Amino acid sequence: MPRIELAPVDYLILCTYLVFVLGIGFALKRYMKSSDDFFMSGRALPAWVTGLAFLSANLGAQEVMGMAASGAKYGIATAHFYWVGAVPAMVFVGVFMMPFYYGSRARSVPEYLKLRFDEKTRGFNALSFAAMTVFSSGISLYAMGLLLTALLGWDFNACILLSAVVVLLYITLGGLTSAIYNEVLQFFLIVAGFLPLVLLGLENVGGWSGLTERLAAVSTGRGFEASAFTSLWGTLGNASANPLGVEWFGTLMGLGFVLSFGYWCTDFLVVQRAMAADSMLAARRTPLIAAFPKMIFPFLVIVPGMIAIALTKTSGADGFQLPLKPDGSLNYDMTIPMMLGHYFPSGMLGLGLTALMASFMSGMAGNVTAFNTVWTYDIYQAYIRPRESDAHYLWMGRASTVGGIGASVAAAYLATQFNNIMDFLQLVFAFVNAPLFATFLLGMFWKRATGHGAFFGLVAGTAAAALHHGLSLPAGSAVGIKGGWLGVMTAYPSEMAQNFWTAIFAWTACFLATIVASLATRAHREEDMRGLVWPLTERQSDAGLAWHQKPATLGLIILALVAALNIIFW
Amino acid sequence: MGIDIRKPIGGLLALLGLILMVYGLVADPAQYRKSNGRNINLIWGGVLVAAGGAFLLGSRSGTARQASR
Repeated sequence: MPRIELAPVDYLILCTYLVFVLGIGFALKRYMKSSDDFFMSGRALPAWVTGLAFLSANLGAQEVMGMAASGAKYGIATAHFYWVGAVPAMVFVGVFMMPFYYGSRARSVPEYLKLRFDEKTRGFNALSFAAMTVFSSGISLYAMGLLLTALLGWDFNACILLSAVVVLLYITLGGLTSAIYNEVLQFFLIVAGFLPLVLLGLENVGGWSGLTERLAAVSTGRGFEASAFTSLWGTLGNASANPLGVEWFGTLMGLGFVLSFGYWCTDFLVVQRAMAADSMLAARRTPLIAAFPKMIFPFLVIVPGMIAIALTKTSGADGFQLPLKPDGSLNYDMTIPMMLGHYFPSGMLGLGLTALMASFMSGMAGNVTAFNTVWTYDIYQAYIRPRESDAHYLWMGRASTVGGIGASVAAAYLATQFNNIMDFLQLVFAFVNAPLFATFLLGMFWKRATGHGAFFGLVAGTAAAALHHGLSLPAGSAVGIKGGWLGVMTAYPSEMAQNFWTAIFAWTACFLATIVASLATRAHREEDMRGLVWPLTERQSDAGLAWHQKPATLGLIILALVAALNIIFW
Repeated sequence: MGIDIRKPIGGLLALLGLILMVYGLVADPAQYRKSNGRNINLIWGGVLVAAGGAFLLGSRSGTARQASR
């Protein structure tokens, strides 16, 4: 692996950032007076702040580096994760679901499930979510330690300790507000660090037309049509005709509907940002404001990967090369760090790496703030110590921040020893998450859905996900963690296709099982469901608002723009 | 809540931009072979100073806050 040498100016930039991060934490300390302030920012943030945080909370470094890696592996089709996946889901959660999340005054997504369904549905969601956030933040720490050790030659233990302490300090001091403010800061750093990278890279390869030309050579070299790396839908008719190895139906339903709606509409990590908004209107506009930059992000995070693979395949001996893994294949995960090192002189290099470190830390902080809230409200207050003073829960929020970060560090070290455990856990969480959106959809729009129905549906959906995974195998994989452990009934052309179809099966099973079990059990009383379900909730009146404030109008504008992007890059 | 986020955003962007500009003026220009021959430190530092300044101005006038409501 080629090393990157940092100059003093690069360290100066990194330190300046750290000073600001901690400064924000200390400045916010005196505003943290109640548990509401600590866990929900006192529901007092303007929509543009929660909107940018809504976007950045998901923009951890693994996401950024992973999207660039996929851009290098699969080309522009990676943008399906944004233009079919995230953006329509963000419009849906803003226009249709936020009235229930925000209007119910629930303090968390599991708490909404408690209000709408029952205790066991909440418990199931709270426990799996809490475990998942700790492991995610542990994996994020581990990935950062690995990267900085390999790239800069830093000490692994020192990297983990430094970032854990920084995140610990700013969250215990300023709570959710600290995390949100730092996510907003990270958004601007990512743009500041990556936009010049894209501009320099595009200039270098001769603009978009030069890039298309070079990628045509990459595509045909792999036996695809020349446009396979630069078209979104053109080669999706058949899974074997595109580098993703998926077809259009699996992409639309599996990624576009089940996975993306499941993540953006039900994951407390992102929904928590909208719940911190200062009014119902601001909460509804939060995901919509986030959707505008989200649409543009493929150009910042996917295009660098496309440039990297184009240069690797077509430039001369002294040009850019992606590093190789020990087995001789290209190490796509190093795309972003290598591109930063290739185009940026000292100075800008410091800025680029600071943006990357900022997204590692804020990715971790997002998980930790979601964890401490769910732990304190949905586990500790619900099951361990129900009737304590608010000051006690505020204390517990800080204590569980320390505990959550400690557990993340433990998970990071566990990952260094047993990488398989991490793969296994991520698989289990994927099973648990896949059906969730069916539960919320029925819960919010069908008043007959019951607690028993929801719980049974979730269990059935999780089981269906596991079953489908156990009976299918992506091409070229060994039986085991990749699937087929119950016997191979179907083979998929790629792991991604298998994931999409696992999600489709899980969602369908949960949807049907919830309906059947709900009809078989006694309906909830209507008085108990006011404000929690569509038919029993007063409509928000948007009359008298300017067009740019109306959620429905904003949603339509976003959908029109995203449709245009799909057509332009068809 | 508490502090106006536009101040730290503006402050950080402007300060980083300033560091980049100063470094771009004094550092060895040979290293800009990497960045297609452009002094990217000076150019992008200028962009960041302008962006940071806009945030700081916005936080002083307070108009953006009302508009976002």
